[in-house]
Amino acid sequence: MSMDRGQREGDEVLLMGNEAIARGALEAGVQVAAGYPGTPSSEIIETLSRFAETGKLYVEWSTNEKVAMETAAAASFAGLRSLCVMKQNGVNVASDFLLHLAGSGTRAGMILITCDDPGALSSVNEGESRHFARLMEIPLLEPADFQEAKEMTRWAFTLSEEIRNIVMVRSVTRMSHASGNVILGALPPAVRKAEFLCDGAVSDPERGPVISAPVIEKHRLQQEKIRKAAAIFEKSPFNAYSGPERPELLIITSSACRLYSLEAVSLLDAEDRVGILKLGTTWPLPPALLKRVLSTTEKILIVEEVLPFLEEQVKILAAEQVREIGVKTFYGKNDGALPMAGELNPDLAMAAVGRILGIDPPVLSSAYRKKLRAFAGLAPRREQTFCPGCPHRASYWSIREALQRDGRGGFVCGDIGCYAMASLFPAAGFYTAKTLHAMGSGTGLASGFGKLGSFGMDQPIIAVCGDSTFYHAAIPALINAVHQNANIIFIALDNNGTAMTGFQSHPGIDINAMGDASPVVDIAALCGAIGAKVVVGDPFALQETRETLNRLMEGQQGVKVLILKQSCALSPEKKGTKRYLMQVDDALCRGDACGCNRLCTRIFRCPGLLWNREKKKAQIDEVICAGCGVCAGICPAEAIRCEEAAKS
Amino acid sequence: MTNLALRKDPYNIVITGVGGQGNVMASRVLATMLVRRGFRVTIGETFGMSQRGGSVMSHIRVSSAAVWSPQIPKGRADLLVALEPVEAIRVLADYGNPSVKSLVNMRPIYPVGVITGEADYPAPETIRKAVAALSETACFLDATAEAIRLGNPIWGNIIMIGAVARLGVLPVNRELFAAVIREGMPASRVEANLRAFAIGEAAVA
Ligand code: SF4
Ligand code: SF4
Repeated sequence: MSMDRGQREGDEVLLMGNEAIARGALEAGVQVAAGYPGTPSSEIIETLSRFAETGKLYVEWSTNEKVAMETAAAASFAGLRSLCVMKQNGVNVASDFLLHLAGSGTRAGMILITCDDPGALSSVNEGESRHFARLMEIPLLEPADFQEAKEMTRWAFTLSEEIRNIVMVRSVTRMSHASGNVILGALPPAVRKAEFLCDGAVSDPERGPVISAPVIEKHRLQQEKIRKAAAIFEKSPFNAYSGPERPELLIITSSACRLYSLEAVSLLDAEDRVGILKLGTTWPLPPALLKRVLSTTEKILIVEEVLPFLEEQVKILAAEQVREIGVKTFYGKNDGALPMAGELNPDLAMAAVGRILGIDPPVLSSAYRKKLRAFAGLAPRREQTFCPGCPHRASYWSIREALQRDGRGGFVCGDIGCYAMASLFPAAGFYTAKTLHAMGSGTGLASGFGKLGSFGMDQPIIAVCGDSTFYHAAIPALINAVHQNANIIFIALDNNGTAMTGFQSHPGIDINAMGDASPVVDIAALCGAIGAKVVVGDPFALQETRETLNRLMEGQQGVKVLILKQSCALSPEKKGTKRYLMQVDDALCRGDACGCNRLCTRIFRCPGLLWNREKKKAQIDEVICAGCGVCAGICPAEAIRCEEAAKS
Repeated sequence: MTNLALRKDPYNIVITGVGGQGNVMASRVLATMLVRRGFRVTIGETFGMSQRGGSVMSHIRVSSAAVWSPQIPKGRADLLVALEPVEAIRVLADYGNPSVKSLVNMRPIYPVGVITGEADYPAPETIRKAVAALSETACFLDATAEAIRLGNPIWGNIIMIGAVARLGVLPVNRELFAAVIREGMPASRVEANLRAFAIGEAAVA
């Protein structure tokens, strides 16, 4: 059901936005692709890795976004077309290199693909990568449908070679994870050979060293490139106006918001009153085009996600040209016509257009609305939780027990991955994690908390960190904690893969993105080498884990590392298999009657354990239970039995 | 392939369920069939943290002319396919209207709050009543039970697609399904999928 090698030029197929982007890169002859997994961007590298072939296309999951960008840049310097991919906040990580790269310029076409997540559908931020284009002074492209996602990605390489700088292509969740028709183009046969020509003078863009100095000179050159891009954008087919010659209202929009705008206008039957300028090249804006279109009307609504990025640019252009184009009224984020936080949709766009034009949006009949009210609230909330058999539930259970036993008000600094749910939902991790920020920040925060003992803080401090996150950004923070002698327990929740985003490889795994065998960087050995005390345990051994933790809390000053190793319940080796067959012994289960107050279902909350209301006893749901055996260890009455399952 | 007429353009389909039920697969199969028929199709998917027990929803827009937004406007679903019963109610609350047709798999997947005894899950009769009241036509299936009989609960999603074909609101049929499945799947899984599809067809009278 997805893109594969069997498909040919001219085929019209259903592609996910991310697959369309990958296809565009393939059609451009990309030879090196690197990224770090993050929803909604991961499918781009995954798709490319299916096309990887020694000597033709190299694909890697890098340890973090900055390294991914550096890897791709090296290829560009050596004459190969390359791309790097990341989610919105990944650009923050890569930005230091990006600043210098934008200054030094590139050689073979190089593009940065960022996938933003308006509405934070699967992020803990609503950060926007578009602003980096302006900040770093590099061109920005935003596709507005699936075919365009492919064409624009392909063309971005050409643009990059024309201006000799990196070009940014920005998608959003509703493009990347949506699918639509795409007509495929040809895949180029030619393969370039890699060679870094570096025997020329500093001023030689073909053969000189690739550096961002002399800074002022290079900066001027970079700004010249941006002016050149603006000139090219004036004629770009990715910018298009549709609507009446003199519209009552002009909508300026980009990306998925263009589809919302079209729908809004259609729902209001306002096609003869509203024009839409769809922009695909969103930085720098082509001034002449804007001037032409702005001249046609007085009222302008800017529909975009999330911050008023286009809105501000358009206002600047309008102010500069006010003598020629006249005074305008702008609607958008700043005046509250559209919300400035959260994602947009056709309804929000329709409401805004309706208010401006004085059209009442169509509504459902009052009889139907009455029925809706009658049945409102019938569906119980579906809160998110760890999977049945998830090692994190067990790890957090032991952490919670150990902290309670310790009694000094200790807490966990959380980090990014499935285990972040411990700070978000009661059914996952018992709310033990009390901070949640960027990748690796749990360890950095713990390092800081761990130095507050001299100010009277005696709460035990625990940082948790998944295996992929460990390599990404936790290592410098952990080294800092060791060097500063911060008093912390660092727990690596090692579930053998990047579980959250779909098991991409990382340095702890012995195969890489291309499926080739690769050397493993061992977490325990690395922690030992930087001088931390290391204990390795199995999170499913509840009592042992709890005891280890209490011992470490009472132990001496410094960084103590506990590595809890157990594969993710959805990992390919575990999925669909049960280690134990579980059963609740009705005779032993105390139920509501006394003592435990339904500890297993009310607090532990594994979805494999049901509360049987008739019997007033706990019960295993055999379809859902993953057979990890952990709940047997939490029942104080020993009513949950586990029996080794026969190997099939 | 020929582009047969749609009852409405765009025709809006919501496929809903819970993570792990094969929602995404069902929407891809149905959409691929419609692309084969020459339509322009957009699928919008909300599956952020879905593998961890959350609701999953796919919006499919089918048109003979244009690409439509990956989000259906509120109150504008034409067809609802629910792999899980309370998800049907949740979707109708947002996208229902007097002319929506609903197909509902009646096997519940209890949310954690229900499992733990804190929240109530409505009785099957209440669900049927609500869905019927909020739909032009409503059809209730035991797709999961049928799928288990076939050998794996996951085929419930294909049973539902078979039922969609039988409803007659979209130009899709068994031949088209077979062609799409044969291309997108290993040969070993084709037979079971075709059987699941046939069960779904038979379930809609
Ligand atoms: S995907 Fe793996 S790590 Fe994530 S919640 Fe499920 S079992 Fe846990
Ligand atoms: S054995 Fe217990 S803890 Fe493990 S998945 Fe089954 S019900 Fe959940």
